[in-house]
Amino acid sequence: MTADALPTAAARPRRKQKNSRLRLFLDILNHGALTLVALVFLFPFFWMVSNAVRSDAEVLAVPPRLLPTEWQWQNFAEAWLHLPFGRFFFNSAIVAGGVTAITIVVSALAAYAFARLRFPGRDSIFVAYLGTLMIPQVMLVIPLFLIVNQLGWVNTYQGMILPMAFSSFGAFLLRQFFLSIPRELEEAALIDGASRLRILVSIIIPLSLPAIGLLALFTFIGQWNNFLWPLVVVNGMDYATLPLGLSMFQTEQGTSWNYIMAGAALSMLPGLVLAVVLQQVIYKGITVGAGFGGR
Amino acid sequence: MTETVSTPQATMAAPPRRRNRMGAQEARMAFIFLLPSLLGFIAFMLFPIVASLAISFTNWQLISAPSFIGFANYQRLFTLDPAFFTVLGNTLFFTAEYLVLNIVVSLGLAVWISSLKRGHRWFRVIFFLPTFTPSIAASVVWLLIFTPGGFMDTVFQTLSLQVPNLLLDPKLAMQAVIIVTLWANVGYNMVLFNAALDLVPQSYLEAAKIDGANAWDRFWKIRLPLISPTVFFGTVMTAITSLQVFDQIYVVTRGGPGSATATLGFAIYQNGFGNYQMGYASALAWVMFLIIMALTALQFWLQRKWVHYDS
Repeated sequence: MTADALPTAAARPRRKQKNSRLRLFLDILNHGALTLVALVFLFPFFWMVSNAVRSDAEVLAVPPRLLPTEWQWQNFAEAWLHLPFGRFFFNSAIVAGGVTAITIVVSALAAYAFARLRFPGRDSIFVAYLGTLMIPQVMLVIPLFLIVNQLGWVNTYQGMILPMAFSSFGAFLLRQFFLSIPRELEEAALIDGASRLRILVSIIIPLSLPAIGLLALFTFIGQWNNFLWPLVVVNGMDYATLPLGLSMFQTEQGTSWNYIMAGAALSMLPGLVLAVVLQQVIYKGITVGAGFGGR
Repeated sequence: MTETVSTPQATMAAPPRRRNRMGAQEARMAFIFLLPSLLGFIAFMLFPIVASLAISFTNWQLISAPSFIGFANYQRLFTLDPAFFTVLGNTLFFTAEYLVLNIVVSLGLAVWISSLKRGHRWFRVIFFLPTFTPSIAASVVWLLIFTPGGFMDTVFQTLSLQVPNLLLDPKLAMQAVIIVTLWANVGYNMVLFNAALDLVPQSYLEAAKIDGANAWDRFWKIRLPLISPTVFFGTVMTAITSLQVFDQIYVVTRGGPGSATATLGFAIYQNGFGNYQMGYASALAWVMFLIIMALTALQFWLQRKWVHYDS
């Protein structure tokens, strides 16, 4: 009996050790396999840069080479200086920045009214706001173009910015956040005779910076990347944003692929930087989305 | 006597009046706060929606004045225009395949990342990166990859696979669009699902482990049911956006070869801004909107079968 028990008792630690070594091996394998998948996933980014810094003739060589024979980093400067990519970048920044600024101000004001003030028709107006979230953009684009055309706003910044700046999503998001702020915080200020606007600016907004930052980030990126509206409302290069400029060059005969790739890389830069720097903000923001979806 | 009776009445009557006045003041305040938003909402949302419906009953072509033609645009869609059913079929095919692939891949990646001991954040960022980049830039890069004699063809050749060039083959062109869309968007749902998985209480999984449930069972019986509301949310949102697919098609295939990848979004743009048939394009847009509503309603109806809410 004891002779039988002894070897198993001795074997257990060894098996445990073997088990943990096996688990470590599987762990490394697991990380390695996903790293491989991630590298394949990142390939288009590599391909973009690799083709941006080679000569145009080499881009179209068959079969394509993985790396350029001669690294022409000056292609980026040329795309920026000699092609209007600098201009496109500027337009994108104006439009995305303009839409974001208006969206924040307008949404915060509306969200405060929805969250804190009582007025007739509040709930039905809010439901109307929510109802439009499902409206496809391509459906709005036709009447919006006709309006902007009527106003003489084709090829203007206001024509590019204003129709995109009143999405009801911002009011919805900020209202949800404002509702989570305790009323007591503003009641003292109200009794002291502070105006509603003062309360919004000096109490509610400082407490809501995470939600406002999130709204600003997603609005900015959404507009920076927007293609359909600039495509409809802009003719020619002067007011083209980066996505529109890229598509114009791509359809134009004889535009060099290496410059298009350099332009694509430039257009991706702000988004990539923000995605890496603000990764935790994005993760938390989308977690809120996960919560929204659940309730 | 009358005085003593009337005094309480007067004091009781006063507060409501004051409250009314305060209420009116509050309502006025609310109106001022809401005004910028409301003006924008009416001008750039409500009015365009109504206008879109109205235009869909006209033959407006921008140059000439529009005239009312009743349901003629819709009649043309369903009876006269042979392209419509092609476009409709392409859209539904794209949505079905892309939706399934998106949910499966993003859920798979989310589970895979959550199974790691370390590096969650960095893997999440990597797969999320394309989500923050312009879809046009992504499309242009993929166009170069797919171009005849380009990288993709070389890979197929090296592996001695007899696959024709994706962009030149009517049967395969949609697969190219789906690859681009998947690469560009799968990161969002991945982060969404990964976040939901992180919220599943560890104690549930430990308890199941002790009861002898393996990883497969733990996923299907515990984790998936617990995150099913989030998966439902992701599915509904992805379906709504994929029915509108446009950017990738505009750059990568232009709806071709032939009309093999022309979707509703592309057809609306082409009819509206290529041929300036605003009325017909608006009718197409309303058909798209109705399909979005119907599909969303269907998903809400189906959710009873697989979505678990803890109440």
